[in-house]
Amino acid sequence: MAGIPSRHRSLVLLLGVVLLQVLGLAVQVKQRDSEGRLIRVWTVGAVSPFERAGAYGVGHIRDTWRHYFALRNTSKDNEQLRRENDTLKLQIAQLQGKAAEADRLAALLSFKQAHKDVPMLAARVIGTGAVTGTQTIYVDRGERDGVRKNMGVITPSGIVGKVIESYSNTAQVLLLTDKDSGVGAMLAGSRVQHPVGGTGEALLSMKYVPNDDTVNPGEIVLTSGMDRIFPSNLPVGTIADVKAGNPYKQIRIKPAASLDRLEEVIVLLSLHPLELKKDSSPASPIAAVTP
Amino acid sequence: MMNDAFDLRGAETHIEVHKFRTGAIIVATALALFIQTAVPVYLSKAAILDLPLIITIYFGLSRRNPSTGLLLGAGIGLLQDSLSGPTVPLGLYGIAKTIIGYLASSIGARLDTEHPAARFALTGLFFFVHHAVVVLTRRLLLAQPEPWFTASFAIAAAVNAVVAVFLFMMLDRLRRQ
Repeated sequence: MAGIPSRHRSLVLLLGVVLLQVLGLAVQVKQRDSEGRLIRVWTVGAVSPFERAGAYGVGHIRDTWRHYFALRNTSKDNEQLRRENDTLKLQIAQLQGKAAEADRLAALLSFKQAHKDVPMLAARVIGTGAVTGTQTIYVDRGERDGVRKNMGVITPSGIVGKVIESYSNTAQVLLLTDKDSGVGAMLAGSRVQHPVGGTGEALLSMKYVPNDDTVNPGEIVLTSGMDRIFPSNLPVGTIADVKAGNPYKQIRIKPAASLDRLEEVIVLLSLHPLELKKDSSPASPIAAVTP
Repeated sequence: MMNDAFDLRGAETHIEVHKFRTGAIIVATALALFIQTAVPVYLSKAAILDLPLIITIYFGLSRRNPSTGLLLGAGIGLLQDSLSGPTVPLGLYGIAKTIIGYLASSIGARLDTEHPAARFALTGLFFFVHHAVVVLTRRLLLAQPEPWFTASFAIAAAVNAVVAVFLFMMLDRLRRQ
């Protein structure tokens, strides 16, 4: 650069350096994979140990901070989150309860609408018998609503029991599972009629079935209508267990209605025998009934 | 050694040229490159900063020697290119920082660049020029279409200018008395 005026030397140097780099770029565009690899390897090799050390140091500091110093507010956060969690759990339980109630009420409404010609009344279960071993419930309907003793009580799933006492605003219902309870029943397949009674436990018992009769677990048991309380063809339950006995079979029946989880029931407002319509199907036992 | 006075300006010797402690430029450059590559791993927003550019501008403005400024810019830019992986060809940022090094040194020789307001304005301006050179290089030499300026780029320029003001104050401490 001896012949170049000193004030232009830096400009010439700039042009030279830029030109060199432009040429380098052009070469790289042409041979993208090979050029410059050595410089990159050196540079990255020089920097990466520091980066690794930095990453290790940063990670160590961050872990120390997170596990010791940043835990200062964790206890408070935990407490707040636990409170929020409890509130949310409560809300979920309330919403689930409301949703289940809506489902049950919809089923009751549907059942009522399907049997408009049958006088019936929806009632809410408000309590159970206070004595252990007695399977009774209280409903929020009584004499003022037309509820009388010996009226049948059902749900859309199956029969529940009968009214054993009616007060002005409430009524007591003897559940089918009570030892003193009974209902005229028949096997859905063979139409053979046998009474079904409570045992004081969760399962019912079908009585007086000779050992020669064929009864299979899983068979559906329906009301026969012979007790003059329930119309025929309402579901009573399903055969759960069959054993040979002396002199009759020991048959256990699982109730069709969830008697341990009753919240709403239907009271059949009739003391006269109800008859099933001719077009009703046993497979869909809760069908139209007429007084 | 680059830290010592290296005067090619002839008639411009009346302007004060700042000298730095031994190894200050190398250490500052290495540290800037290291932070530039390492910190965004943990703090992604830090990628908005261009510390190598700020270092180039600072030493260019302080040394006030266009030759050393452009050589320093070329070196820093090429190192930045080589650390940026194969998608960035060697020379892309090298060319841009060479020009910035030259311009910073030339302007530093003519203006008072010690005031924070001047440093803020110059860094913002150089940031724009640097970006323009990179985009131009990409478009002309690499056939890579890239937008000239965006709103996020303007924010980046402002952030870098602010950071530069404070970083320059720290780097001033490396000067020899």
